[in-house]
Amino acid sequence: MKPILSIDHLKKIYHTKRGEILAVDDFSYDLQKEQFVSIVGPSGCGKSTILSILCNLDQKSDGEISYDKNIRIGYMLQQDSLFEWLTILDNCLLGLKIEHGLNEESKQYVISLLEKYGLKEFIHSYPSNLSGGMRQRVALVRTLATKPDILLLDEPFSALDYQSRLAVSDDVFRIIKNEKKSAIMVTHDISEAISCSDTVIVLSSRPCKIKSIYPIELTDKKTPIENRKCKEFAKYYDKIWKDLDFHV
Amino acid sequence: MYSKEHQTYLKNIKRTNYLVLFFQLFIILFFIILWQFAADHELINTFISSSPKMVVKTLVSLHQANNLYQHIGITIWETFLSFSLGTLLGVIIATILWYKPFLSRVCDPYLTILNSLPKVALGPIIIIWAGAGMKSIIFMALLISVIITIINVYQGFMDTDPGKIRLLKSMKATKSQIYFHLILPNSFGTIISALKINVSMSLIGVIMGEFLVSKSGIGYLIMYGSQVFNLNLVITGVFILCIVAALMYYSVLYLEKFLLKNKK
Ligand SMILES: Nc1ncnc2c1ncn2[C@@H]1O[C@H](COP(=O)(O)OP(=O)(O)O)[C@@H](O)[C@H]1O
Ligand SMILES: [Mg+2]
Repeated sequence: MKPILSIDHLKKIYHTKRGEILAVDDFSYDLQKEQFVSIVGPSGCGKSTILSILCNLDQKSDGEISYDKNIRIGYMLQQDSLFEWLTILDNCLLGLKIEHGLNEESKQYVISLLEKYGLKEFIHSYPSNLSGGMRQRVALVRTLATKPDILLLDEPFSALDYQSRLAVSDDVFRIIKNEKKSAIMVTHDISEAISCSDTVIVLSSRPCKIKSIYPIELTDKKTPIENRKCKEFAKYYDKIWKDLDFHV
Repeated sequence: MYSKEHQTYLKNIKRTNYLVLFFQLFIILFFIILWQFAADHELINTFISSSPKMVVKTLVSLHQANNLYQHIGITIWETFLSFSLGTLLGVIIATILWYKPFLSRVCDPYLTILNSLPKVALGPIIIIWAGAGMKSIIFMALLISVIITIINVYQGFMDTDPGKIRLLKSMKATKSQIYFHLILPNSFGTIISALKINVSMSLIGVIMGEFLVSKSGIGYLIMYGSQVFNLNLVITGVFILCIVAALMYYSVLYLEKFLLKNKK
């Protein structure tokens, strides 16, 4: 099958006053439609850099990134970055306003998303009235509002406490599968990576290269929380842990 | 109905509030009475320190002379003009600096110097350039309020969460979209507090200007009083100024409350 996004020998050098930082040395991957890929790697190895380049926030230094020109990319960060002075609905409509795509139809779509994902009663509330987990769900709906085909998630749950983290990762996973999106998620939590994804990519420390790629095959694959109980889980955890530990 | 403990708690808060108010009134009354007492018993020289009764007398005669309100009105009007112009110009210039980081770097040392320069030093030049009239006064007050506004508002703009800017950039927002959707509403609080600073700054500038230009206004009354050694007039002027300053400050406070309420 033709990949939805193809990254070929991506390289990134940051230029700073103190010198050049080779952040990404060589990264190649083909993302398939509706695939959920997680990237794990030591902190500072260049994971966020890869995502920023994919959504055009940063310029690549070398390599090729190719996707169909109709493909839209949505980006979700660790901080929910909700605007405190806007209602939940207005926050979610932000992307549409920016691209001048706000009309009755797109607005109804956003409202339906909010309703579908348990935020109906908060549509006209302000972000300060919501818990961290709910805010993160709002941030996801905001990303989904412009109907992206690929979601880039940069440590989307790491600002949350452990309990809400489990719950929200379950929610987000369900939403992404439901809306049939492809996703690349950066995380430093090995369990999260295994339990959410179809494939886990392990990166070496900076400058990052792909160290190993694990297609995750679990018997009885369900939701992230359930997946943690699968018998293969420990095996994958062990392998990835060793991969990471080697370089730390 | 609240529990007994909570009722006592509320009662205590109320009592403290009354006590504070009582002492606030007490201090001013005590001061006035003491002042009058000292004047009556010639403990102080009323020629240089006036007395509450004389202040009232001066007020009455100013009132009868019919130009008291004209002086007050002119000062308020000048303050209002430089306050609104200063805020508006300050926000506009801060916006330009935000749009053009290069320009902002170029201007940075000049702003710092202008900010620390006592603007009254420019008074004589301003009068020569703009003439000994209202124009000079407003220009002076504007100079004082606009620089501090630029610095504060620009700082507010720059303090915007970079994560939010990244978010808008990932949505492919243009610079103006970032400004209107994020920077400006995010700095609402900063602009409001700049208003509060500005009202005082403008009044300072206006009084300084009136001292120099000496044609009308409360500053002129005070200056004139000191020139003819009429300390009654000087102190009455200061007294009026206190009231005007308080009125204007509370109006801005009220405006702030109003704006904040309308926002949410
Ligand atoms: N804008 C930048 N300018 C210079 N260096 C940067 C910039 N962004 C990231 N880096 C450097 O690139 C490396 C990778 O950063 P990042 O991609 O954020 O790591 P990760 O997300 O894996 O923790 C780090 O060493 C970081 O210091
Ligand atoms: Mg990162």
